Amino acid sequence: MGSRLDLDDSVYLRSSVQTAAKILVVGHFAVGKTTFIGTMSEIPPLRTEEVMTQAGAGIDDPKGAPGKTTTTVAMDFGRLTLSEKLVLYLFGTPGQQRFVQVWEDLSRGALGALVLVDPERLEESFPVMDLVEHYGIPYTIAVNQFDGTPSHSLEEIREALDLLPETPVVNCDARDQRSSADSLIVLVRYLQSRLN
Amino acid sequence: MTTSDEPELAQETAELVRPYVITNGRDLLDDSDFSLITLVTMHREPPRTKPLDPEKLRLLELCAGGFLSVAEIAGHMQLPVGVVKILVSDLTAEGHLSTRAPIPSAQLVDRQILEEVLNGLQARFG
Repeated sequence: MGSRLDLDDSVYLRSSVQTAAKILVVGHFAVGKTTFIGTMSEIPPLRTEEVMTQAGAGIDDPKGAPGKTTTTVAMDFGRLTLSEKLVLYLFGTPGQQRFVQVWEDLSRGALGALVLVDPERLEESFPVMDLVEHYGIPYTIAVNQFDGTPSHSLEEIREALDLLPETPVVNCDARDQRSSADSLIVLVRYLQSRLN
Repeated sequence: MTTSDEPELAQETAELVRPYVITNGRDLLDDSDFSLITLVTMHREPPRTKPLDPEKLRLLELCAGGFLSVAEIAGHMQLPVGVVKILVSDLTAEGHLSTRAPIPSAQLVDRQILEEVLNGLQARFG
């Protein structure tokens, strides 16, 4: 049957898994999304592409316009089987406004989002936070600790990002599994608290 | 922190050829019942008498080993998600694939799923 994809059994889900859930890992370029997903995933992270259609510059009606181009947006994602019945997918999601089409698909059915921020480049996180809020996705801020970064207090970061009082802010080292898992746990606890 | 592994800088291409060929020219903007995390497996082998398109055959072969999400199928096959959704949709309609739907929507997320996610994370990493 055709060209065989050389995959071993570990790529497949347990047959008992009934439910798939999704958490988004978002943030600006090079903030550490791919690292975070690689740290947490039980499979080598995979990359998918969404093809978007964009109107060429200066064209008002994109439908069938000759200046139409397509843009490929790549996303990395990983997988975590959390019980016999449940699998969690982590999708690394680009933060640029021009990728709104991709966000429609990604945000649908997402439990919540972990917003990775770089304490030295907080202002670059504003567009992605606007997107998360626009789609009504509850989120937690994870401050990715880079080597040699002067430490900012979480309180300073909360203030700079103008967060709601209930939005959690945690420190996170995206290279460290325990630290990354802890930030997901904080997010899920927050999601639970919103149901009460 | 390296930047080379950050994939999101978009590639601009003037036109799209291959995916349209694979889907027989059908529209890629497919807002179907299939999401990125719909779980898919092979239900029935295709009859040898009626050959499938090569990409469909490749997808079925991949899914013969067990359940994968639509996103994973796209990743392994290196095809755009929109194309994979169309192929999965066709193969499901033809009876070759069976699917398990993801949880319906954020509004319907119940305590139970969050509880299971939390317990799973704590058991695995706590």
